[in-house]
Order: sequence, then C-alpha cells, then structure tokens
Amino acid sequence: MSLSLPHALSVWRRNASMYRRTWKWNILPNFFEPVLYLASIGVGLGAYITEMDGTSYAAFLAPALVCVAAMNGASFEVTYNIFVRLTFEKAYDAMLTTPIEPDDVLAGEILWALTRACIYGSCFYAALALFGLTPFPSSLLVFLVIPLAGLLFAAIGIVFTLKIPHIELYSFYYTLFLTPLFLFSDVFFPLKERLAGPWLWVAEALPLLHPVRLARAAFRGEASFILVWDLVYLLALSTLLLIWARRAARQRLTN
Amino acid sequence: MSASLIVEAASVTKRFGDRLAVDRLDLRIPGGLCFGLLGPNGAGKTTTLRMIYGATQPSSGAIRLFGIDIARDPRAARSRLGVTLQQNVLIEALSPEENLRVFGRYHLLREPELSRRMREVIDFLELKSHARLPVKQLSGGFQRRLAIALSLMNRPELLILDEPTTGLDPAVRLALWSRVRELRAGGTTVLLTTHYMDEAQRLCDRVAIISEGRAIAEGAPGELITTHLAPETVEFDCAPEEESALLSSMGSLPGRRLRAGRRVMVYLEDATVLVDHIRHRDQGDRREMVARPTNLEDVFLALTGTRLEGAQ
Repeated sequence: MSLSLPHALSVWRRNASMYRRTWKWNILPNFFEPVLYLASIGVGLGAYITEMDGTSYAAFLAPALVCVAAMNGASFEVTYNIFVRLTFEKAYDAMLTTPIEPDDVLAGEILWALTRACIYGSCFYAALALFGLTPFPSSLLVFLVIPLAGLLFAAIGIVFTLKIPHIELYSFYYTLFLTPLFLFSDVFFPLKERLAGPWLWVAEALPLLHPVRLARAAFRGEASFILVWDLVYLLALSTLLLIWARRAARQRLTN
Repeated sequence: MSASLIVEAASVTKRFGDRLAVDRLDLRIPGGLCFGLLGPNGAGKTTTLRMIYGATQPSSGAIRLFGIDIARDPRAARSRLGVTLQQNVLIEALSPEENLRVFGRYHLLREPELSRRMREVIDFLELKSHARLPVKQLSGGFQRRLAIALSLMNRPELLILDEPTTGLDPAVRLALWSRVRELRAGGTTVLLTTHYMDEAQRLCDRVAIISEGRAIAEGAPGELITTHLAPETVEFDCAPEEESALLSSMGSLPGRRLRAGRRVMVYLEDATVLVDHIRHRDQGDRREMVARPTNLEDVFLALTGTRLEGAQ
C-alpha cells in the first residue's frame, strides 16, 4: 500500500484550481440540461402518459435523471479530461517527479471525479426542486446515491482511459456504452414491465440500473430488500474496478 | 557505499520489449557537483533520469539517491530532489503563480511557507513581470524558467535538468546557465542531460558520455579531452593520400587524427607547429585551416565515430 491522502488531495487541488476558472461556464449547462429533458420528455411526452409505475411521468423520470447527471459528471472527468492530462499536458509525469505516487494520482482523480458527479447531481436536484419534483425530506437521501453512482462511473471510465491508446476510442465508450445505459436502465420506462423472466436477470448487470433504483426509492420514500443488492453491486463492482485501475495506473504512469 | 554520493547507480539496465535503452550503466555522482550526461537523442539519457528519480523501474540493477533505495522509498528520495522535464509540464490556463502553488502542494507545502517560497523562486528566476498572466501567453524562454522554478519549490538538494536549454535562444541559455551556477554555488547538486557540448563544457564539473545506453567515458571535460585526444585541434580539408604525405614529412607524427569526409582533424599539444608545417609545405597556395581548442564534440567523435550535435 502506498496511498497518501495529503498527496492525493494535492492532485485534487490541481484540478480544483483549474475548475475555479471555468466553473461558471460549466455550471450553467448543468441547470439547462435537466430543464430541457424535463420539458421535452417529462412534460411534453409525459402529457400522453397518465401514469408510470404509480406516479406521474415527470415524477418517475426525475430521480433517474439525477443519477444520469452524476454518471455524466464523473464520466466526462475520467475520460477526456484525464486523457488530456495523461498524454497532452503530461500532468502525471510532473507529479511523479515529486513525492506523489501513482496510487495518489488515482485516488486524487477519483475524488475529483466524485466531486464533479456531486456538483452535476446537486445542480440537477436543485433544478428538479424548482419543478416541485423533489418530495421532502425523503428525496434528500439521493445525496447518498449521487456519490455512489459517481464512484462507479469514475471507476469504469478510468479503467477504460488507462487501457486505451488514443482519444478517438471514447466515441465507442459514449455511443456504445453510456448512451445505451442511459436509454435502457429504468430511466425512461420500468424494465420489469417490458422484459420477460430471464432477461430481467441479465438486465441486473447494467451499472446504471442500480443507482436509478436507489434514487427512485429515495424519492418515493420506499425501502425494499432489492436495494441491499443495489448497494452491494455498486460497492463491489467499484472496488473490483479500482483494484484493476490501480494496477493499470502503475503500468501506464511508470512504464 | 560512500555517504557523500548523491546518486549511485550500479549496473542499471532498462529494456523496453526487445529494445535495450540503458545497458549496465554505472554512475556515481558526489554532492556539490554539476554532472552532465551527454549523448545524442535516443542514447538513453532521459530513460536514465527517469530511473534515477524513480518514475520508471530498471529491468535490473539498483539506484540509490542520498543513500535511499529509490525503488523502496521513492517518496523520501523525491522529496529531496527537483526535476525539470524535457517537455514543459505547465498548466497553460493558469498563471505562473498558480502553477507554482499547485506544484508546491505536491510537496505538501502549506501557507504561509507556500507563498513565501513561491515569491523566492519568482525572484530567483525573474518571473515577476508576468507572474499573473496565463502561461499560454508567455514566451518559450519564460516558460522554461517557470518550469525550472517549479522544480525548485521544495529547495531540492539535487536538481535534475533534462535538456534544459534545447530550443532556447542564446541569451536565454546564458541566463539559465548563470542560474544553474548560482544554485551549484549554493550547494545544490545538479545533474543535467544535454546534447550541446558547449553547455556541458561550460557548466559541468564532470560528464559521462552516453552512447547506445552505455557510458563510454567519464571525467572532467578537460580531463576527457587530454586523455582521449589533445588540448588543441587543427582542422583542414584534404584527400586521404595527401594527408599522409602532408603529415609524414613532419618528423614526429602528431597524435590522434580523425576524418569526416574531406575534413581532417588533427589533435596535438601545440597547434602552431602543425599550422606552420602545412603553411611551409603549401607555399603560395595557402589552404584554409582552423586551429582551435579541442572540445567534447571531438571526444564524442573520437569515441563513437559519429557526430553529436544534430545526430538523431
């Protein structure tokens, strides 16, 4: 083990220093995005749907979109941004001339991706609150789900980033991985009503499904045993991926 | 194991797949010196440096910095050294001040020490005039000075400079050299790589000449010149058959000779003897000759048979 939290935080601070310059421009789209989705799909399309899984369509959609926001926040950070720091800015080469070790780099970047996920998720939540779609107080529990969703997608994305040789491959990551997840993970319609028996089990493999289910339960103030499975899935898969990322980071940074 | 050695590399080898980048390299760098690794691009200089500061592991062999095994305790070793990489690693969107703060935090410097040290290195490298502009607006020479400033944030005992003046104009090079000399005078050990022979000769107390991953010669620049060649050089153009006729008539034949195309270089204690001799033989038809001090470029040519500057 060679993780040093102060050094990891100095990596986090580097990214925060850069973000401080641009946050105003980053935050605004965060507000617009949910508004657009809610307006188009929640309100527009939702007008033709009297009820979805026991609630209004907008209320069905809202908690899932919070998770999508967290997923996007973390994903963008650990894909394009880390790739640029790795290959073009040579930020990690610079760090490795100081007492910072690859483990600190990884931890700092994951923490930063989590931070971005929380910023995205919170902005989304605030916009939903303006629409009156955040039942109080139960929906506040979603603030526990946001970092978990962020952690999982940070871990998935960083493994991908550490393994790919060139930046063009991200178009596969986005169009063949994140977009299908967005479309088929209980966000727009309940999978359990559209899939038959064994396929429902296969669908449990989808990473976004689990934070969406947790977030929806939070908004509804309902608890069930399946949420334990969702939590175990999130934590276990994140842990496994981070172990893999740790090895990949050592290889990529110190070759 | 001597305590006063700052860098000690013992039979260090690095392979990248089938390619042998560094081949059983031995280095012993005592404290307080400016030590140069010389060689053409691709000779293994940067890989050697990366192994020394622990950014990459040797395939075999061991490296100690300040007596610390870099593979075992890289944090302890790196907290005492500064590295300026060949390629600038500045954050272009941020100002020099912000860059220095970010870098100082990598060494866990805290306020008020962080700001105090930042002002010191800004003064030392004369960065004040543009300390608050985004780095991307600054000139190449300014960016290079900032890159060196970053590596001084932790008051390193050992400063590693990888090709510090490549691509800089002569005035900026001179200014950087004087800063390096100042640091050395203040007790900092300096390890630099360069493919500029004049840089090595002016700055370095000792140099190691690296070719194809091996150290083929090591010593003080003047010592290398006298050991391998002679203090003075005469250069002129002539055909090989003319060369032997020209020199055999001299009585005692001068020491080392090297040829590159039509160009002949003769190394000897006193250049005037040969110049006078050739002038005498040429009579009215005086050929163009250069008499000059022998330099490390000649040593490199003598040892490897290839030219250093501009070599790939």
